[in-house]
Amino acid sequence: MVRLFRYAALGSLLALFMGAATVISLPAAAQSLVPPPGALSCTGCHPIDPKVNSPVTRLDGRDAEQITDAVLAFKAGKMPATVMDRIAKGFTDEEIRAIAAWYAKRKE
Amino acid sequence: MKRKIDRRTFVAGAAAGASAAVLARPAIAQGVSGNVVIIGGGFAGSTCARVLSSVPGNLKVTLIEPNETYTACPFSNLVIAGLRDIHQQEFGYEQLAFRGVKVVHASASGVDADKKQVTLSDGTSLTYDRLIVAPGIDIRWDGLPGYNEAAADIMPHAWKAGPQTILLRQQLEAMEDGGVVVMTSPENPFRCPPGPYERASLIANYLKTKKPKSKLLLLDSKDVFSKQRLFLNAWKELYGDLLEWVSLSSGGKVTSVDPQSMVLRTDFATHKANVANVIPPQKAGHIAEVAGVTDRSGWCPIDPVSFESRLRPGIHVVGDAAIAGAMPKSAFAANAQAKACAVAVAMMLADKPPIEPRLINTCYSLVAPDYGITVAGVYKPTNGQLLDIPGAGGTSPLDAPADFRKQEADYASGWFRTITAEVFG
Repeated sequence: MVRLFRYAALGSLLALFMGAATVISLPAAAQSLVPPPGALSCTGCHPIDPKVNSPVTRLDGRDAEQITDAVLAFKAGKMPATVMDRIAKGFTDEEIRAIAAWYAKRKE
Repeated sequence: MKRKIDRRTFVAGAAAGASAAVLARPAIAQGVSGNVVIIGGGFAGSTCARVLSSVPGNLKVTLIEPNETYTACPFSNLVIAGLRDIHQQEFGYEQLAFRGVKVVHASASGVDADKKQVTLSDGTSLTYDRLIVAPGIDIRWDGLPGYNEAAADIMPHAWKAGPQTILLRQQLEAMEDGGVVVMTSPENPFRCPPGPYERASLIANYLKTKKPKSKLLLLDSKDVFSKQRLFLNAWKELYGDLLEWVSLSSGGKVTSVDPQSMVLRTDFATHKANVANVIPPQKAGHIAEVAGVTDRSGWCPIDPVSFESRLRPGIHVVGDAAIAGAMPKSAFAANAQAKACAVAVAMMLADKPPIEPRLINTCYSLVAPDYGITVAGVYKPTNGQLLDIPGAGGTSPLDAPADFRKQEADYASGWFRTITAEVFG
């Protein structure tokens, strides 16, 4: 019960925080809505607000594998980057997968 | 009007989500309840308010901020250089209020950590279950002989954006070609470690473009600074002799100033300025001291997981006022810390342990309008502090083509639009 409470509270918290006005279907999506460590820092640069004009890639609703592959490639220095190569190196592969999965589930 | 509709949809959505939860899991619908008071409506405090306003349950969120308009520091160096309007730096609190945050435009004058009570300048008081202190910085008016509040009207610091930013801009505009601009940079720690060097770059850019016979002298109390080699290389390439950096070991430490004669003194020399920008020593905003959360350094020691004060339980500190280990005092860091802190506060109010965070910082600096550079870091709690994750972070490459620098400048603008929309939009 404790665990479910935590997931649901944070799932809603982040979904709402990120501007999702639609109903969050619990409990199916609840677990995947938990923000894994580090995920919230991404939105400093990667816009969540659809009104924002930015050259930086949006992560919301993007395919999890696509995000994971890109970040792992940044981490390995196999994809050109300005800053993502330096940031990706701060996360384990598991952490990267978890963050990617969380953003992938954030479809409006 | 459109906002009203959004609000209704938003509430309906949240309610539907909650009722679905009631059926499935009774505990979920209870949400989080309690009373959170936040002091300070900058990037740190406003981000906390924004996140906490979305917590399901009966959480009451109050933001105490004396100003009705927030003037952001990031990008304010462009205003000083005449490349940006100050109004592009200004943000209101309407959206936070619209999201259910009670925004109180008053100053906090007292904190009683035992009674869990904040006193306001108008004499009223508020009680809290958890208090978040995010007052940013204050100038140490006793930190540089000759530099006091009156002196700042003549030698602006412009280290809190607003009238000081405009004053420095006006002084640069009024200066004749051939004048001498003197800047000073303080010892660590201070708000925005690369900020003095970005400012020097952009003032040099203005002088080179509009007043090329002028000179900019940057007197530094340090030998080492953020993105140093990138800045020094770019200065040599772009500004040549127009910009001179005087390091600590070359006699750069300013020991006193005299605003009447427009003189800045070091141990070795006396510099006469036409325009003087003194970036003075700093400390945590005054209310942090009143609340008893500052240590002898003038800054606030915190737990790196919950951001709870090491000195006063129930009070959390985020942003520039906090001692955040290896994290710099930047808007990006303040925003990242505030999100982690807000989640931790919500968890703690629900009697759950906070989750260990991972935090990112990226500081963009403009060396010229189309020439951006960055320093980045990734942090985690280590031995009781927020420390760098080894192998991650670092600065932009020293050798990079112009289009790379241009891309970082474009990303810098994108970052500013994104973060301000996330916090105030």
